[in-house]
Amino acid sequence: MNSRDKILSNIRQSLTSSQKNLSSSDERKQAVRRRIGSHPRGIIPDLSSKHKLLTLFQEKVEASEASYSKVKSYVDAAAEIQQYLRQHNLPQRIRMGKDKRFKKLKWGKGDSPQIQTGPSDGKDFVCLSHAQGGICETGTLVLTSGPDNPTSLNFLPETHIILVNKKDLQENYEDSWKALRRGFGRGKLSRTVNMITGPSRSADIEQTLILGAHGPLRLHVIVVDEAK
Amino acid sequence: MKISSPEFKNNACNALDDNQLQGALRHVRKNFVKKRADARRDLPEFDALRDSARAIKDHTLAHLDLYLEHYEKKVIESGGKVHWATNAAEARGIIMDICRKSNARTVTKGKSMITEEISLNEFLEANEIQPVETDLGEYIIQLRGENPSHIIAPAVHLNMDQIRDEFRKAHTHLPAERSMDEPETLLREARQILRDKFLSADVGITGANFLVAETGSSLIVTNEGNGDLTQIIPRIHVVVASIEKIVPTLEDMAQITRVLARSATGQETTVYSTLSTGPKRKTDEDGPEEYHVVLLDNGRSSMLGTEFSEMLRCIRCGACMNHCPVYQAIGGHAYGWVYPGPMGSVLTPTLIGIDKAGHLPNASTFCGRCEAVCPMHIPLPKMMRFWREREFEQHLSAPSHRRNLTLWAWFAKHPSLYRFVTSIGMRILAIWGGSAKRINWLPMAGGWTKFRVLPAPEGPTFIRQYQRAKRNAR
Amino acid sequence: MSKRNNDSDSTEVALFVTCLVDLFRPTVGFAALKLLEDAGCSVHVPVEQTCCGQPAWNAGDRKDTREIAEQVIKIFEEFEYIVAPSGSCAGMLKVHYPELFHNIPEWRERAENFASKVHELTSFLTDVLGVKKVDAKLNSKVAYHDSCAGLRELNISRQPRELLESVEGITQQELNDSETCCGFGGMFAVKYSDISNSIVSEKAENIKNAEPDLLLAGDLGCLMNMAGKLKRQGSKIEVRHVAEVLAGMCDGKPIAGE
Repeated sequence: MNSRDKILSNIRQSLTSSQKNLSSSDERKQAVRRRIGSHPRGIIPDLSSKHKLLTLFQEKVEASEASYSKVKSYVDAAAEIQQYLRQHNLPQRIRMGKDKRFKKLKWGKGDSPQIQTGPSDGKDFVCLSHAQGGICETGTLVLTSGPDNPTSLNFLPETHIILVNKKDLQENYEDSWKALRRGFGRGKLSRTVNMITGPSRSADIEQTLILGAHGPLRLHVIVVDEAK
Repeated sequence: MKISSPEFKNNACNALDDNQLQGALRHVRKNFVKKRADARRDLPEFDALRDSARAIKDHTLAHLDLYLEHYEKKVIESGGKVHWATNAAEARGIIMDICRKSNARTVTKGKSMITEEISLNEFLEANEIQPVETDLGEYIIQLRGENPSHIIAPAVHLNMDQIRDEFRKAHTHLPAERSMDEPETLLREARQILRDKFLSADVGITGANFLVAETGSSLIVTNEGNGDLTQIIPRIHVVVASIEKIVPTLEDMAQITRVLARSATGQETTVYSTLSTGPKRKTDEDGPEEYHVVLLDNGRSSMLGTEFSEMLRCIRCGACMNHCPVYQAIGGHAYGWVYPGPMGSVLTPTLIGIDKAGHLPNASTFCGRCEAVCPMHIPLPKMMRFWREREFEQHLSAPSHRRNLTLWAWFAKHPSLYRFVTSIGMRILAIWGGSAKRINWLPMAGGWTKFRVLPAPEGPTFIRQYQRAKRNAR
Repeated sequence: MSKRNNDSDSTEVALFVTCLVDLFRPTVGFAALKLLEDAGCSVHVPVEQTCCGQPAWNAGDRKDTREIAEQVIKIFEEFEYIVAPSGSCAGMLKVHYPELFHNIPEWRERAENFASKVHELTSFLTDVLGVKKVDAKLNSKVAYHDSCAGLRELNISRQPRELLESVEGITQQELNDSETCCGFGGMFAVKYSDISNSIVSEKAENIKNAEPDLLLAGDLGCLMNMAGKLKRQGSKIEVRHVAEVLAGMCDGKPIAGE
């Protein structure tokens, strides 16, 4: 017997010997199929007493030590990004993926930042990504891998800027899974789904919280209030 | 990993005498406990979520074979490979094969207790592959040649001076006179050094907090981002996970992650929660070309259905050790193997044997706080007691202790003799205690009187006095 | 015949004295008697009682534990209520006995029926008898330590504090880390005495920082441990069982002396 069969048969044996009335194998299989098919939601934190969702999202993003801003359009987003770079004395050089929403960014004439595309080589100061969603419950950005938004951009730069469209904000994780299933199909996901809440940090030295461990030191979140 | 659990008592005494360690443990007592309490207070649904999380794990464990099969199918569909390992040696062999096939020289590692359980680092080193721990805490203890002393805060036993010394010793290419007075400086230095390792590693190995059957994904939750760099930069990503990590769906995963970080660090969520599903896709520009999952049993399938079954609900948050008075006093190393604290006191004997780990389930006051804070409602004291029973049945407990217990139990079962003997005994102790009402030293109770006085009995026993009063009243 | 509601309408209670109270601190037993009688109970003290069996239970000796438990159940099950001045022993009777017999059909129901009648003293007074006030006076600043078994197995923390509040002249001071164990743990204190010492030392620091005149708790084991440490350190803080204060029986010497 190979290891796979050994483990599985040992599990079955343990379950059968301990549960006198273990349901029939068909019933068990059905229970599993049903659960995966219907993926029931459990207890979901009630956010109704909180402020409206966007305010909650902002609150949670800021609580995660990220900075937050909201703009009316992608045109305005470009200006906000440039302003952010200037404010933090960062070079006007940005790496980003091929997300077509980036095409709507209108950089100011003359001082257009230098744009690089493709995955990060670890030497970037600033990377820009577009999130697929945002989770208001915890102020979390949901990013999916692909040429539009390569995953390395989420982790290698010192400063990470994430755009998220206001209409993609979800109340909770469960709503976010719903959106992912709509995007990728049932039971399928992009290679990587990153849920990001704030800049990287460590408390491994005397439990002192320090921002900027191996991932970005700074995270700037921009909510774009523009219907696509 | 060398097992020093049989020397637990010695280890504990050394730990109690270690001033640096005692200083570091103060952080555990103060920070972790308060942060969890705050997080719990801020989420009214916390206890309902714990019940929900328990129900999910119980359901999953009752259908574990089927969920594993479904999970495997989904991993294969997404282009990944699943390897099954019944024990540690098999798991190491599988990982070695993967490394050999790709001519790997260096391996970056995300923080993973399961790779500690299979002693992966020693094995890789012996096979001339360099494992690089990338979690800051893990990196520090790797430099020191130590094991983690806590399952989520591996270097919690160290203070800043010790870490600084270690960095000076290890990072010899940096100017010796550089300033290293702030934790920030140390972190930046580690970031710089590990950055190159991330970029040059051939294989990245991570654990998994959850395996999602619905999608065939592995989830890791981290704060530093090292786990993510480990699983996206190298050409090969290997996930090592034990079989009980599985959950049915993304919804189920979210139920449990809601209590995980809150119980562990008091965060609502960790900075990064990342689902990895298979290798990179055709159009992807980054991500690993190969995705392997090593599913480890190592005795777990045999725990199912036994009195230790509920231990398989454990999500490794560390709340039990953070709140344990014994862990708070001695830290994690004294336990002598991979898993410290209450969860380790239950799990370790299943993995290395009760003959070696007998002290662990005994070294508990049964204060019950571990169970009270466990997000998965694992009855840890009850299971430690089960181990004590096994030990007692197998005659592994100290003969003198056994004799005393049997003798005492015999008297307890014979009330009039008990009355007679205890009356004499108490009378003697009462006289010994004198007017101060305390005994400073008592043979046979040296463990007690070494550190405390023994309060003397007031005089005749209650039952004697009560009987006398009754007689007089008549 | 069941000893319930025989001729009078007073509540019939059997006192489970606990072995430590019986041997080391009879005053607690008499205090419990007084409190129960003041609350209108008719109290019985079966003199065949010895111990609840916890030392054997925690040592993994299931057989001896069962035999002792059977003896306890036989002696006490005829009473309407069984009350113990200890959270730990009451927890043993109430929570662990049913566990102990869960797979022995002929005893299981008996153990469960017995367990349903078991109560810790202060919670019995407040939650079952509805006692709001005790007739006692003490000019003292007291700190109440939550013993683990009472706190976590029986949810006892509000009840003793409420009763103490009614004692004339008393002020209560909470301890820091009041939910942390004192390090007693029965045989643990002897088998792992160094660790136990470290835990009780930490507890003693918290007690001393609160600067009470008097330290109270509902479990004699914990009290002997903390008193033993405080007195070894030369502390002047006195230590008593909470029942002594509630019954106004603080004339005798405190635990481990003054």
